[in-house]
Amino acid sequence: MLFDIVDVNSSPSLSDPWWKVFYDFSSLTHKIDSSLHNAMSQFWTTIAEMLIIGVLILLFYALIGLFLVYAERKVCAFMQNRLGPNRVGPFGIFQTIADLFKLLFKELIPIKNADSFLFNLAPFIVIIASFMAIAAIPFAKGLHAIDLNIGVLYVIAVSAMGVIGVLLAGWSSNNKYSLIGAMRSGAQIVSYELSVGLSIITIVILAGSMQLSEIVEAQRTGWFIFKGHIPAFIAFIVFLVSSTAETNRGPFDLAEAESELTAGYHTEYSGIKFAFFFLAEYINMFIVASIAATVFLGGWMPFNVGHWDGFNHVMDFVPPFVWYIGKTFFVIFIMMWFKWTFPRLRIDQLLTLEWKYLLPINLVNVLIMAFLVLMGWHF
Amino acid sequence: MEEKVKNITTDEQQEYVINMGPQHPSTHGVLRLVVSLKGEIVKSVQPHIGYIHRGIEKMCESITYPQIIHLTDRMDYLSAHINNEAVCLTVEKALEVEIPDRIKVIRTIMSELTRIQSHQLWWASFGMDLGGLTCFFYGLRDREKILDIFEETCGSRMIVSYNCPGGLMYDIHPNFQKRVKEFIKYFRKILPEYDQLLSGNVIFHERSKGIGKLTLEDAVSYGITGPSGRASGFSCDVRKHEPYSAYDKIKFKEILFTEGDTYHRYIARIDEMWESMNIIEQLIDNIPEGPYAVKMKPVIKLPEGEYYQRVETARGELGVFIISDGNKSPYRVKFRSPNFVNLSVLNHIAKGFKIADLVAIGGSLDLVIPDIDR
Repeated sequence: MLFDIVDVNSSPSLSDPWWKVFYDFSSLTHKIDSSLHNAMSQFWTTIAEMLIIGVLILLFYALIGLFLVYAERKVCAFMQNRLGPNRVGPFGIFQTIADLFKLLFKELIPIKNADSFLFNLAPFIVIIASFMAIAAIPFAKGLHAIDLNIGVLYVIAVSAMGVIGVLLAGWSSNNKYSLIGAMRSGAQIVSYELSVGLSIITIVILAGSMQLSEIVEAQRTGWFIFKGHIPAFIAFIVFLVSSTAETNRGPFDLAEAESELTAGYHTEYSGIKFAFFFLAEYINMFIVASIAATVFLGGWMPFNVGHWDGFNHVMDFVPPFVWYIGKTFFVIFIMMWFKWTFPRLRIDQLLTLEWKYLLPINLVNVLIMAFLVLMGWHF
Repeated sequence: MEEKVKNITTDEQQEYVINMGPQHPSTHGVLRLVVSLKGEIVKSVQPHIGYIHRGIEKMCESITYPQIIHLTDRMDYLSAHINNEAVCLTVEKALEVEIPDRIKVIRTIMSELTRIQSHQLWWASFGMDLGGLTCFFYGLRDREKILDIFEETCGSRMIVSYNCPGGLMYDIHPNFQKRVKEFIKYFRKILPEYDQLLSGNVIFHERSKGIGKLTLEDAVSYGITGPSGRASGFSCDVRKHEPYSAYDKIKFKEILFTEGDTYHRYIARIDEMWESMNIIEQLIDNIPEGPYAVKMKPVIKLPEGEYYQRVETARGELGVFIISDGNKSPYRVKFRSPNFVNLSVLNHIAKGFKIADLVAIGGSLDLVIPDIDR
């Protein structure tokens, strides 16, 4: 069944008031599932559910993409003593929609001597990779398109697929800058994939599961960043750095390094194909931020402190979805903060940072965490 | 078959040649660098210039001396006032005009303000070359304040044309002193922010220390002047060695380093901003009374002969060489522009570094392309 149920401790019954649904989506999804089952056969139910989820994720994808572009421009303006977009709509909130229409209507310039098949394929690979990763992310209790038992592995694997698109784009553009950008990107993403994986493995050891919903559920008594002593905190920092690098964002934006390679691998792209790369970059940022929120910061779990019952009650009152979005945007803000205040690294420094610092730190960190869990010294 | 054999090249000969420019974000204008790469490593850099050549030196031969001043603005547009001053000083030297102190002091203050705003823009774009995009806005925010002062006094913001042979175009605005003092007070507080944002950053240190080392011997033999030369230990400050205007009356330090890498070229410019503020502070309260221009003949004719005057622009030594045959326009004019000379060293110091370092080195030389092409 596609609407998987998250492990529910106190499953609310259908007679609960309507707003209860914001605290547990599983009752709603159950209701939809059973009513669909009543209406049609198993096969058509599955098809219909796939369609609904596909459309919902597509909508969410587009909305998040548009909002993140707007948010980035506002955050960047805030860092740079500017106002940012403020003309289209109140506070310029429709600016990105206007930009989207501009990109849609722009001419798709055919490139001479480019490998047109690969050239056209590349943006799709990049965007599909990010699209697939979104499916496994738990947004709230029961709001989870597919709850794989190897969810963490799936997300890491799928989001790493984007590099193929970047490499193809750089190769097929028949542009020297693009090729350098693509090669840099290849070296960078393959290297930093290790750190991302290892820092998550540190937490997987602590959680004892790779299923994202279980990882979230295990944080009911406390977020892993607090539970796991110092190793979890180190893993969080390493994850932040390496995931920033993995999404090709500043200060690790060597693949598109504006001042060196003009625009790197997407120099030759225009119109909606460029928009695909652009959108995928922001969605990738959203994905790594939501993994950081899920794995380290408790996903949709509210912030609870020991025996402060009053405080905990207030925190529980905030719907899980809001918690999830809040945490994700907190991480996104930190990543934007990086981008707008740091100068860019050089390629050899980038690889040195990964192979000589982050990787050894991570390996030792995994050992320490395993030892802690073995001795039962974590909270 | 034979042709094919000829086309096979050895590994050494195979080069990945990219064209940086004439349209490129980090060449700061229409400069074209033909860069031979091996992977990421720069094998050689060949600058190709002339994309913005307007023949300023030739044009000078057919116009009068006061008109030449307006062309010099368009050479190094960031040191516009200093370029003007260079021509005026040459003409005044040829005519042996005695310039009152008031003019000298105002010219010096304006020159130093020009130097600060030039370095601010350099800092802004250098940060951007290294990928720190926020620097650009911080630099330009503070530069606005100087441009506002220029606007009030000169009527123009960037291409000021404030000098004329024998003095200044107009007197300073009544607000001038007050606003300059306000700016100095403001900028003394804001300049440490530049360090917080860029100079103090670990990534910046990694990117700039030991990159593009220029030895003292090379600096002297290539003739690298300005902060780039002084970072290598080449004491070449014209203000110190051959004082013009009011520089002989004031105390200031020549910023000298010995390392000569990108980092010290950077620090040299930051320190120059501090030093320029010291110079302005010494002068701003002591502007003597007097006329703002000496009465000159309606048509200025230089006596027959050769005249040379050098000044220190924000980028180095600018020399103005005029050959006069006694007419109202010069027989020949030659500008020794600092940027043209500084560019020549690029291949020498960028060789063997990465492509990202090439951008950093180019940025640290602070090239203004219209001054190269003229």
